[in-house]
Amino acid sequence: MAKITAGVATSHIPAVGAAIDLGKTKEDYWAPLFEGYEFSKKWMSENKPDVIILVYNDHASAFDLKSIPTFAIGCAQEFQPADEGWGPRPIPTVKGHPKLASHIAQSVIQSDFDLTVVNEMDVDHGLTVPMSLMFGQPEEWPCLVIPLAVNVVVFPPPSGNRCYQLGKAIRKAVESFNEDLNVHIWGTGGMSHQLQGPRAGLINKEFDADFLDRIVKDPEPLAQTPHIDYVRDAGSEGIELVMWFVMRGALDDDVEQVHRFYHVPGSNTAVGHLILENHS
Amino acid sequence: MALKKPYSDVPGTTVFDADMLRMGYHLNQFCMSLMKAENRDRFFADQKAYLDEWEMTDEQKQAVLDRDYNKMISLGGNIYFLAKIFSSDGQSFQFAAATMTGMSQEEYAQMMLDGGRSLEGNRFVGEKE
Repeated sequence: MAKITAGVATSHIPAVGAAIDLGKTKEDYWAPLFEGYEFSKKWMSENKPDVIILVYNDHASAFDLKSIPTFAIGCAQEFQPADEGWGPRPIPTVKGHPKLASHIAQSVIQSDFDLTVVNEMDVDHGLTVPMSLMFGQPEEWPCLVIPLAVNVVVFPPPSGNRCYQLGKAIRKAVESFNEDLNVHIWGTGGMSHQLQGPRAGLINKEFDADFLDRIVKDPEPLAQTPHIDYVRDAGSEGIELVMWFVMRGALDDDVEQVHRFYHVPGSNTAVGHLILENHS
Repeated sequence: MALKKPYSDVPGTTVFDADMLRMGYHLNQFCMSLMKAENRDRFFADQKAYLDEWEMTDEQKQAVLDRDYNKMISLGGNIYFLAKIFSSDGQSFQFAAATMTGMSQEEYAQMMLDGGRSLEGNRFVGEKE
């Protein structure tokens, strides 16, 4: 039986990917950020999954305005790093798990979550920066990845609660897959940040600290947070945090927090990172 | 019934909703075209001519030529799409964000190093007065 053993949450800032690709991680500006992921890389090598279900958002790379799927699952054999305007990142091709991905799609669609099935797409920094943060710069990624793209670009994104419930449905789907697999689920994006308009640069450390506390210990009420609270208090792009609830919903109610890290700034953004283990 | 917009009183912020999407559809799809190297080459060879291939308003085209990101956003541009323009220009998100706040990139970068823009006075329109 396949089993979800751990969850990882992390921001997915494009400049962090560029810092890794250009060898700048030891520079004064970036070093404190990357130090927060040293534990994580070690933990990953000791807790290597077979498959990661990686919840992220596409930033106008695979999806333009022609069609805007609220939830899209990548069922392809492989996914190429997207050219986001400065050429594709120099990283390995992301290998999928079409069989498990299709199994999840079939299972959750029949549990009332209408995922869009995507059989061909490139993956942008939303997916690849977390991979680089957690694995460094390997020749090949050490595990398979099922991309789960959530629309947070066109308002409204799905609610936190919808994401949380989807996480629960994904867990059921994984546990009904008839193959022994160690599965991780990652939620990416956030934390507080605003990239647009005269209010760009907004950061709210209190909001972020509270969110990090509660998503671990008491996620269900936190999932009820209305969109306007994210927009007003965590910045217009802070709303990406709804994606963390897919990860959290797929884990036990009681989890062990093995790592927590927070840092400002990562370019324009507050960086938040958690590693949570299931022990049931 | 009109769309409810509880976010309309958040200062300095444009939420990219269905109304903005309709207004900015072609502007954003133009941005998307810059993801292809050959389109970037054609755009930089003659920006005005390339823009004229798109069903954009003159105001939108002028805002692109001026690289006026606040203007583009007010005309339906979405920041992740507009990112294709400044990325093609070889500029960073931080550069673009700084221009939208009216700060120099150095001032903006320093504000971020100092912990970012405070929420105080920035939650509701008119709060600062």
